[in-house]
Amino acid sequence: MANATTTTAQTSIGTAPPPHLNYLTENNTLKAWLTTVDHKRLGLMYLGAVMSFFFIAGALALLLRLELLTPKQDFMDSATYNKVFTLHGAIMVFLFIIPSVPAALGNFVLPLMLGAKDVAFPRLNLASFYVYCTGAVMALAAIILGGVDTGWTFYTPYSTTTDGPVGLMAMAVFVLGFSSIFTGINFVATVHKLRAPGMGWFQLPLFVWGIYATALIQVLATPVLGITAVLMVMERAFHIGIFDARLGGDPVLFQHFFWFYSHPAVYIMILPGMAIISEIIPAFSKKTMFGYRAIAFSSVSIAFIGFLVWGHHMFTSGQSDLASAIFAFLTYLVAIPSGIKIWNWLATMYQGSIDMRTPMLYAMSFLILFAIGGLTGLYLGAISVDIHLHDTYFVVAHFHYVMMGGTVIAFIGGIHYWWPKMFGKMYNERLASIACWIVFIGFNVTFLNQFMMGSQGMPRRYWTYLPEFQRYHIGSTIGSWILGFGLVMAAGVLLASLRKKEYDAGDNPWGSRTMEWETISPPITHNFEGQPVLRHGPYDFRVEPTPATVAGGRH
Amino acid sequence: MNQFFQNLFLPPQASTHAKTVDDVFIFVTWVNIVFFLIVTFAAVYFSIKYKRRHANERTPHITHNLSLELFWSIIPLFVVMIIFFWGFQSYMVGRVAPNDSFEVQATAKKWLWAFEYPDGTRSINELHVPFGRPVRVVLSSEDVLHAFFLKDFRVKSDVLPNRYTEVWFEATKPGEYVLQCTEYCGKDHSNMRGKVFVDSKADYDKFIANGPADWATMPPTELGKMTYEQAGCVSCHSIDGTKGQGPSWKGIYGQTHQFVDGSSQVVDENYIRESIENPQAKILKGFEGIMPTYQGLLREKQINGIIAYIKSLK
Repeated sequence: MANATTTTAQTSIGTAPPPHLNYLTENNTLKAWLTTVDHKRLGLMYLGAVMSFFFIAGALALLLRLELLTPKQDFMDSATYNKVFTLHGAIMVFLFIIPSVPAALGNFVLPLMLGAKDVAFPRLNLASFYVYCTGAVMALAAIILGGVDTGWTFYTPYSTTTDGPVGLMAMAVFVLGFSSIFTGINFVATVHKLRAPGMGWFQLPLFVWGIYATALIQVLATPVLGITAVLMVMERAFHIGIFDARLGGDPVLFQHFFWFYSHPAVYIMILPGMAIISEIIPAFSKKTMFGYRAIAFSSVSIAFIGFLVWGHHMFTSGQSDLASAIFAFLTYLVAIPSGIKIWNWLATMYQGSIDMRTPMLYAMSFLILFAIGGLTGLYLGAISVDIHLHDTYFVVAHFHYVMMGGTVIAFIGGIHYWWPKMFGKMYNERLASIACWIVFIGFNVTFLNQFMMGSQGMPRRYWTYLPEFQRYHIGSTIGSWILGFGLVMAAGVLLASLRKKEYDAGDNPWGSRTMEWETISPPITHNFEGQPVLRHGPYDFRVEPTPATVAGGRH
Repeated sequence: MNQFFQNLFLPPQASTHAKTVDDVFIFVTWVNIVFFLIVTFAAVYFSIKYKRRHANERTPHITHNLSLELFWSIIPLFVVMIIFFWGFQSYMVGRVAPNDSFEVQATAKKWLWAFEYPDGTRSINELHVPFGRPVRVVLSSEDVLHAFFLKDFRVKSDVLPNRYTEVWFEATKPGEYVLQCTEYCGKDHSNMRGKVFVDSKADYDKFIANGPADWATMPPTELGKMTYEQAGCVSCHSIDGTKGQGPSWKGIYGQTHQFVDGSSQVVDENYIRESIENPQAKILKGFEGIMPTYQGLLREKQINGIIAYIKSLK
């Protein structure tokens, strides 16, 4: 590959002023893309993959909502419904949200922010992508072989006794976990070893802090998920009693194992979202980050406390009252660092110079939706109230506000923020803002209804329901159409910009101060001409932005 | 306003425990409204007031403010600690059933609820409890996980195959309440619904005397078959002619039975009834007198059902 690069470079020497040869156009063959170790190309490939799965799982969600329009059977029977909601959850969690921000945006942005040429282990990065693809193919195979109806949580003994390719699905999760671990290891090493000269830990952009905290959880928690999946498969295949009471196992043990990973996984999902918001708000407020250290430390403390709260998913499971009390107490402690971030973001806007462009609009949308998601968590931490709300639509609404209203909205905002850097082309600002508003409205119509029906007593994972809940279901289903339309529109606006012939975005369209904007858009394969040196802090708006430097021809 | 939230978010309060839960819920609602308004107001207000007016605007370089940061960390910490202690306290109230509780055993299996009462009465998918007493329901599962959820009583517990769990409640008014399964258990999870009837003393006695309401409409042979399976007859008496601990029921109606004391009798209604209530009175030749009496354990309707069922086994 190195040879191919040289050849391409040589052919352009001596002819007309070379067009700006960048990571997209240099050596642009299918083989080069598929074997690339360039973090930017891998980031884009991840972006394409996770967005495809987001689209599939989103379409499944629309089908579920359509079926729930009436309490009777509309077009799918209960067995099909159970498979569809399982797929919606499993694809969204394992194939979309967990890899979304770290693997797609993290891969693209992290080395650029550090002033590095690539991640610490580029080949491992490529391997990680193919491991992800292998896991994805296994999951798709499980769907084709009849689908799985266990719910994404795989609770035993249902999961070890039901029919269908549950083992294959569990092994897909196992394999996907390794992709996540590889990415985590890579990012930890990159942040430790590849920072530009002069960039100490407290000159790191907060996106890097967020991704770093996430990477630590990925490395430490994901193996537990892998072990759990393997134990479950052993029980299914060889009848070794681990979780099944009839074989001498304990079904609640599975829940402990599962949530020991899956609660930290919630922070694997939300921390990167918060990390994106911590970039967008100072950039569009043109103001230094308020409480930089508090935000950095809150990411790390969320990552740490996040390991100790898994039992709050199990207040009704029969675990001891003492355990429930301890888990509830620790759960409330997580509220504090999350709250600190929100206050700091707001304080950053105070006396700022706020430009409400699309990424900032998504960040504001995030603030409101995440506030609702976080605050409704206060109900669920109060044990007696949780007993009432557990496994109802209230919980469904709560985690959608955090995962979708939080992480996914931040992810989409991040895509809009870095899009001009990725492709050098600017999307239609007006249409992108309108799409953001539609998403915001559709999201709230969909999920505010679910809070109300949940606390009224509508259980989750229900294919049919009591007639008194129908009005909320109708509202929620209509909301889902608005939301779906908004998301498709946002995607359309972004993709339409790629048809432009010119790189019209500029190197630093938002006037940001972090290092990824100090190279040209789209960046050259090696990111920077020479080794960039840190000249100012990531949010230091007292100085002018450092201009992008590149030798040779431009645009 | 509290009543407004109550109606908007919560189902009717039908147990003594419900209010302790709802009080926490309403308190958290107020906390949430305050914090949500602060966040939203600040975001919107700053967006308008500090809107960028020209490209070269300068902003103050404010890096941190320790006292402000402590203020907004410690105040929420106090608030969440209040919620934590209150939530835990009301949880413990809902955990400890009073000593004099009326006890019912509930068994869940895909996809029905079976209840057993202190006098041995059983019912499927409908639970009758007397009004005015605390009720303790002891839960277990025969297959996968289920969950026992009474929304109007604010009680819920997972139902496990390897361990007993329990809930308790005391209804504040007689009536009919819905029971839902809230732990995903497969195809008919959403249809695994039951009803809880909180009966007046008279209605409850009527239930114990006459059995569940669906018995009234059930054909006697069907009720007999159900009783045969549920009351334990099935373990000794076959219905296909095979000899068990006791004689098979197949085709015995109208036959003449020879007894160990040398006498004999044609199997008719009176003989069957006597064999259920006083099985030692006549011991069939070739069998031992090991059957326990069912006097008082079966209702009139069930005995008639068994007679009809035996008649139908030709």
